[in-house]
Amino acid sequence: MVKKAVQRFYLAVIFLFLYLPILVLIVLSFNNSKSRVVWGGFTLKWYASCFTDETIMSAFTTTLQITIAAAVLSTFIGTLAAIGIHAMKKRNKAIMLGATNIPLLNADIVTGISMMLLFVRFTNLGFVTVLIAHITFNIPYVILNVLPKLSEAGRSTYEAALDLGASPLYAFYKITWPEIRSGVFSGFLMAVTMSLDDFSITFFTKGAGVNTLSTMLYTELRKGIRPELYALSTILFLLAFLLLLVMNIHSDRTGTAAVR
Amino acid sequence: MYRLKRQFLAGPYLLWIAGFILLPLVFILYYAFTADGSFTFSQVAAIADPVHRKALFLALKLGFFCTLVCLLLAYPLCLILSRFHFRHQSFVVFLFILPMWMNFMLRILAWRLLLSNSGLINSLFELIGIGHVKLLNTQLSVVFGMVYDFLPFMVLPIYNSMARINKDVIEAARDLGANSATVLIKIVIPLTLSGIISGIIMVFVPALTSFVISDLLGGGKVLLIGNVIEQEFMQGMNWHLGSGLSVVLMIFVVVSMALLNTFEKEGGSAAVW
Amino acid sequence: MLKKANLPARLSLLSAATALCCFAAACGQTGNDSETGAASKEDNTLVVLNYGKYLDPSVIRMFEEETGIDIKLEEYESPEEMYTKFTSGSIRYDVVCTSDYMVERLISEGAVAEIDFSGFEYYENLNPEIIRSAQIYDPESKYSMPYFYGTLGILYDTNLVPAEATESWSILWDETYADSIIMQNSVRDTFVPALRLLDYDINTEDQGQMEEAAALLIEQKPIVYAYYVDETADEVAAGNAAMALVYSGEAAYAAELNEDLAYTVPKEGSNLWIDSWFIPKNSAQKENAQTFLDFLCREDVAMVNFEYVWYGTPNLKVMEQLDEETLADATIFPTEEILSNCVVFKQFSQDTTDRYNYLWKMLKSE
Repeated sequence: MVKKAVQRFYLAVIFLFLYLPILVLIVLSFNNSKSRVVWGGFTLKWYASCFTDETIMSAFTTTLQITIAAAVLSTFIGTLAAIGIHAMKKRNKAIMLGATNIPLLNADIVTGISMMLLFVRFTNLGFVTVLIAHITFNIPYVILNVLPKLSEAGRSTYEAALDLGASPLYAFYKITWPEIRSGVFSGFLMAVTMSLDDFSITFFTKGAGVNTLSTMLYTELRKGIRPELYALSTILFLLAFLLLLVMNIHSDRTGTAAVR
Repeated sequence: MYRLKRQFLAGPYLLWIAGFILLPLVFILYYAFTADGSFTFSQVAAIADPVHRKALFLALKLGFFCTLVCLLLAYPLCLILSRFHFRHQSFVVFLFILPMWMNFMLRILAWRLLLSNSGLINSLFELIGIGHVKLLNTQLSVVFGMVYDFLPFMVLPIYNSMARINKDVIEAARDLGANSATVLIKIVIPLTLSGIISGIIMVFVPALTSFVISDLLGGGKVLLIGNVIEQEFMQGMNWHLGSGLSVVLMIFVVVSMALLNTFEKEGGSAAVW
Repeated sequence: MLKKANLPARLSLLSAATALCCFAAACGQTGNDSETGAASKEDNTLVVLNYGKYLDPSVIRMFEEETGIDIKLEEYESPEEMYTKFTSGSIRYDVVCTSDYMVERLISEGAVAEIDFSGFEYYENLNPEIIRSAQIYDPESKYSMPYFYGTLGILYDTNLVPAEATESWSILWDETYADSIIMQNSVRDTFVPALRLLDYDINTEDQGQMEEAAALLIEQKPIVYAYYVDETADEVAAGNAAMALVYSGEAAYAAELNEDLAYTVPKEGSNLWIDSWFIPKNSAQKENAQTFLDFLCREDVAMVNFEYVWYGTPNLKVMEQLDEETLADATIFPTEEILSNCVVFKQFSQDTTDRYNYLWKMLKSE
């Protein structure tokens, strides 16, 4: 009995640690005073000014564009690559996986800097360079989520289908796709998560006027804290909450583990 | 025959690897080993400079403590979580992923508000008579921020490896008279070792190389090797030195990973949850 | 059968095409930049590089609406950061604002284009005296346009620090204020108090003097709360520190937030700085850049900016509209007495710059 209580207490402390800062931001976003400790009454004005703030809104749009574009493209390239790698002989496979591990294991700062050195040599930094960088560090997550599914699937069924005269597209759609779908989906989600949370790589590869939320906030935080940022936190938290909730319910219904 | 053709699907990715993974590494190596157009080791050797050495050791120290604290917090947490019978197992994961979807800069901002001299925690301390405590802009606050930011990276792999343990194995051990401590040491820990190692890698590497957290929670007073490199690129204008130090950092990451992998017998498993 | 088996090849082609598109798009940017930019799609975009919090956002909007030229704003914290951003060539800027000694350095490096002030409608609004002062770093006043000027001093909370005590820089070393002092996260500014306390020139290139000053700063580090830049005023106003090394405008802004705050330039003397705009030689938008600079001189625009940053403005038309109290505020418009005690930064040789940077790293790693 005591043990149970201790366990529950421990859980409570950890979740307090995780969610207390977020709670503070949410509370402050309704505070009608710029102060961080004094409660000046309830207001929604920070939300209004947050939505009309160009810096915040343009960073928000850029983040969405980059995250979605990078996640879609990297899922596409990554899934194809996984199928290809799966079909390879052992040695080639090891080489490909070794290269795939580089961006995963390398420090973000080193990945960001090395890409910046490359880009600066050939082009101007801008939206596209950030997108390329994001795709690069997203692909490995997709591959590593899809590969295990392919191994589970086994390739003989697919080849049998081809032998029986199915077109490769049809065989892929009917046989391979259902087996790897959940892996592709979780790879996509990982890519989204990584893109949303990235700072270092974007920081080094971004051009003038291109800001994701992370880099915009880094600049803003060094200029002092504006209450609009509290409102932004609350909005982002709610969005994340709703999105993940919908996906979780969806995946529970279809019986696949979506978020891993 | 089919396999041969399917291999072509990896073609674009191969191009991508060459263009955006290997080529950038060539560039950073080129910068690291040249100065004024000629070959030199001096940029890499610059790590021996007292200032850089100090920054590297501090990063190793804080990274070590951050990893240790994360592990000590996460392991009992996963043990408890794995015993709870949630209707939806993914709900647990959900609770850890959720903060990650909110921008980490904002979460750091929250800690800055909480820890500052006139912040909530210090106000609370003064209210209950402990008095003012220096919290923000110390090495401790940097470790604190790192633990907060990286804890999910420790929890998720360990939790996943724990969830995969076959309950019958534990039952069997108990039937054979093993007590809880023995079960933990002889069965649970060895079976979750790969999760622990993944977790350690996923926390230690970003902690070792971090520069943002030390910047925002260290008040410019905590200089890690990541900060030195960032400043060489963004302020000092010495890209060769920055690249040289980056290469050293890369070596440290590879070495620590190789060391860790000797613990894991299977080897080669992907370090992703 | 052959056709069917080609699917993987086709898919990989498609995916390769995606990759190529990214390449092409990236390279397309280079293409535009190497041209004079006349026909590029960036035709009507002005890339502006400025200090943080140094241009009212509404001014940008006004300019975009009036001229149809889009502004892309990049911000930086310290002149050294600006120099790196500017010279790395990763982004091509069209108009840049920075401090005296950096303007001097870039002019001497031949990176600055001449400005054709004859086409300006509002250049006459600027105070000729300030333009003359700026000739320290731009002798013929043809490369730069003054934006704001001010001093470096101590912002303090009058409830915690007696005014007399701030007459000397030594207050920043006073241990009674441990953990309540904020210094600037910028090499040259933070060296000023140390150099002046030792009675050395703030433009010294003497290695021994530099090292002595660095030692003094290392001694001070344990009692420093943080090294901040643009958030300094907010932090002091929020009560997180008793005093801070700040630029005069930061102090005026902080005093607006919290009336208990005051500002002093210590008697040992300090730095007088003038921030100016210049147009880089490699800008492809020189005409638009000049339109932008002219726009900044217009009195209503200059007024909005003045009320945003609270530094001394060189704009006479703005000064005409200010009340006596503001004009008499030494925090905004330094008195003759203060000015006579202040020195403008000069550019250093590369060796000295490197040495300062190293000492700075040493301080930070302590």
